[in-house]
Amino acid sequence: MRPMAQVAMVMNLDKCIGCHTCSVTCKQTWTNRDGTEYVWFNNVETKPGIGYPKGYEDQRHWRGGWVLDRRGRLKLRSGGRVKRLLSLFANPTLPSIDDYYEPITYDYDTLINAPAGPYTPTIRPKSALTGNDTAITWGANWEDDLGGAAENAGGDVNIAAMPAEAAERVRFSFEQTFMFHLPRICEHCLNPACVAACPSGAMYKREEDGIVLVDQDRCRGWRMCVSACPYKKVYLNHHTGKAEKCTFCFPRIESGQPTVCAETCVGRLRYIGLVLYDADAVEAAASVTDPGQLLEAQRGIFLDPEDPAVIHAARAADIPEDWIAAAQRSPVYQLAVRDRVALPLHPEYRTLPMVWYIPPLSPVLDAVSDAEGDNTDPDQVFHAIRDLRIPVEYLASLFTNGDAEVVAGVLMKLSAMRGYMRARTLDGSVANELLDATGMTADEMERLYRLLAIAPYEERYVIPAAHHEDGARLAGLDTGCSLDRPGGPGMSGALEAAGKGPVDLPMPIPPPARSGGRR
Amino acid sequence: MTAFDIALWGIVPYIALTVFVVGHIWRWRVDQFGWTTHTTQLLENRWLRLGSPLFHFGLLAVIAGHVLGLLVPASWTHALGVSEAVYHALAVWGGALAGLAMMAGLALLLARRLINGRVRRTTSSMDKAMFTVLVVLVVLGMVQTVGVNLLGGGYDYRETVAVWFRGIFYLQPDASLMVGAPLAYQLHALVAWIFIGMWPFTRLVHAWSVPIAYLWRPYLVYRKRSGTPAGARR
Ligand code: HEM
Ligand code: SF4
Ligand code: SF4
Repeated sequence: MRPMAQVAMVMNLDKCIGCHTCSVTCKQTWTNRDGTEYVWFNNVETKPGIGYPKGYEDQRHWRGGWVLDRRGRLKLRSGGRVKRLLSLFANPTLPSIDDYYEPITYDYDTLINAPAGPYTPTIRPKSALTGNDTAITWGANWEDDLGGAAENAGGDVNIAAMPAEAAERVRFSFEQTFMFHLPRICEHCLNPACVAACPSGAMYKREEDGIVLVDQDRCRGWRMCVSACPYKKVYLNHHTGKAEKCTFCFPRIESGQPTVCAETCVGRLRYIGLVLYDADAVEAAASVTDPGQLLEAQRGIFLDPEDPAVIHAARAADIPEDWIAAAQRSPVYQLAVRDRVALPLHPEYRTLPMVWYIPPLSPVLDAVSDAEGDNTDPDQVFHAIRDLRIPVEYLASLFTNGDAEVVAGVLMKLSAMRGYMRARTLDGSVANELLDATGMTADEMERLYRLLAIAPYEERYVIPAAHHEDGARLAGLDTGCSLDRPGGPGMSGALEAAGKGPVDLPMPIPPPARSGGRR
Repeated sequence: MTAFDIALWGIVPYIALTVFVVGHIWRWRVDQFGWTTHTTQLLENRWLRLGSPLFHFGLLAVIAGHVLGLLVPASWTHALGVSEAVYHALAVWGGALAGLAMMAGLALLLARRLINGRVRRTTSSMDKAMFTVLVVLVVLGMVQTVGVNLLGGGYDYRETVAVWFRGIFYLQPDASLMVGAPLAYQLHALVAWIFIGMWPFTRLVHAWSVPIAYLWRPYLVYRKRSGTPAGARR
């Protein structure tokens, strides 16, 4: 056993209202610069839909992630080492900017400079790449709330992966079937394909917290990470010629604060916490041959932070005491492993993603009320989950590689929780049959309810600060890192100005002990 | 032989080589962030998919040809039993083929840079200077190989240009060997020195970063937060 710590996230999709606040605050923080106009480290998609960039989930086309070779060993789907070096001159699977969208701006000057006249002046969209007039034909959230779904969403590979008859029915009537939002950031995978594909060794996973970063000084612009990531969460900055990606807001995480997307999330649906995992088990978990076992294998590499043997090994691996304590209180471990309600996005990509999702119950609830049923009645909802194959099968192709039973189990648990708490609140009764159906105790049920429904700030985010014994070293090296320069995502330019010296982060570092009661 | 000849064939190479070496050291130390291929494949894919491999593979063959022609003395190939006729045929036809591939690739790359507005907008003034010199260099090279050696009377550069070139590295360049060379050879050599002098200040530095170590590196790279590489694992 070789325990390592990973900062991970869970998103509770039922609560996402698709407001894009996370995307906007993330963009303001990290990608409002030349060369990253089209880049959204955080984006929110409407499902069903083809997503951003277009159809990124179609790995037969984009060849992202890992597959097993004939001998059952992991290999990058885009090919081995020699093939990669031979395709350096032109990457055969790189998306073009049109697969994202052509970034635009407006010629605002005309509003100010137009001569007085009978008509209100209008502004025209201009391509941010060429400066020419352009028509806006796509965007990062073009498909918002199923916009254009009748035309495009048929291309969603998750529909193609459903049983044929169900897929046909979805294609026929998107608007009536279901809809939900899927916010996405980099998954900070345990087996990151981007890192494996970077020929320069510029991409790395941090040993302490598992955050995956691009070393801006060592990236040479071979653009292999962009195509190897099955989630398409590494981007090329076309201005600097280097790759950039979601940083999990590491300067904030290091000071014990949640990421910007999580901090500003209107639905308060994001959870951040540590998980301990066995680094020696990663390869085996990523290379299980039975696709039906992928999910369990990936869940299986998390270590129980209460287990004395794990604690012992974690100490031996220099994981600090407060980090172990944080792992024990981790909402991510709670939701993914103890309660088993969170699922990874596309486990079949075999990158072992570390942003997990609680699948939305709302499509089922909507279906029940559409059928004039009572969606507060757990029985009716259970039946709907069983009978209404469509949302369940679709969610299964997103989160469980097609295993509808697992998704149905999670949805039943969520529905049972609602029913249980409803009875508790209305007349104080205890719905024992719901506890039996889910195999949970009353305490566990109420804890799950508290975490999902009340979701207090301190319980949503359990983030131990980086160790301040290392403070000076941190400030001097990584946090004032290569991202922090003109054209780099940090953009303060301080490094350049100050030569190579330590750089102050423009962010207050709170005292180690949280004051509590915030929010 | 005039003082001008000596300056041209005896001093210019050393200036170029000095700028080349010192320039690279300087750039490596101050500009890691700018050290990149500066890929434009995101902006234009179709022409690049054809042009870039054509250009680069042609170029690698051309470089191999230069090594063979300039650095390997004729006596060595003779000793290996390669007759003059065989060498000549190989050099001329091989060179012409590689050169043509490279030229076709370069033409495609240039065309997309000029025609495609997105790529054109990313072109820096250093790019413009570099591409100009590169085009002149390549055209002059083709004039030698195709014009002089294939279609014209031929010229045995291995007895003159190559000897002079090797002399530069023995610190004994014999300028007189170049004075008698055909104009195309003289110009090609001169432009090549300009190109070499420009190298460290352009995107061409990407050529030194060919990631060969990727062949044996472990797939996953872990690093400590302190920034010191902890060594790759797995
Ligand atoms: C074997 C080593 C080399 C590799 C792996 C390599 C790779 C690359 C790559 C990936 C690009 C970017 C293409 C894109 O836009 O996506 C590029 C561009 C370029 N390379 Fe190389 N290169 C090598 C050697 C060279 C050498 C020796 C030269 C010139 C003397 C050269 C000249 C160029 C030029 C001029 C471009 C710009 C093409 C354009 O954008 O129009 N390369 N190279
Ligand atoms: S999701 Fe993030 S860590 Fe995983 S392969 Fe993509 S860029 Fe790398
Ligand atoms: S801010 Fe929260 S609720 Fe709004 S779109 Fe993002 S994840 Fe969804």
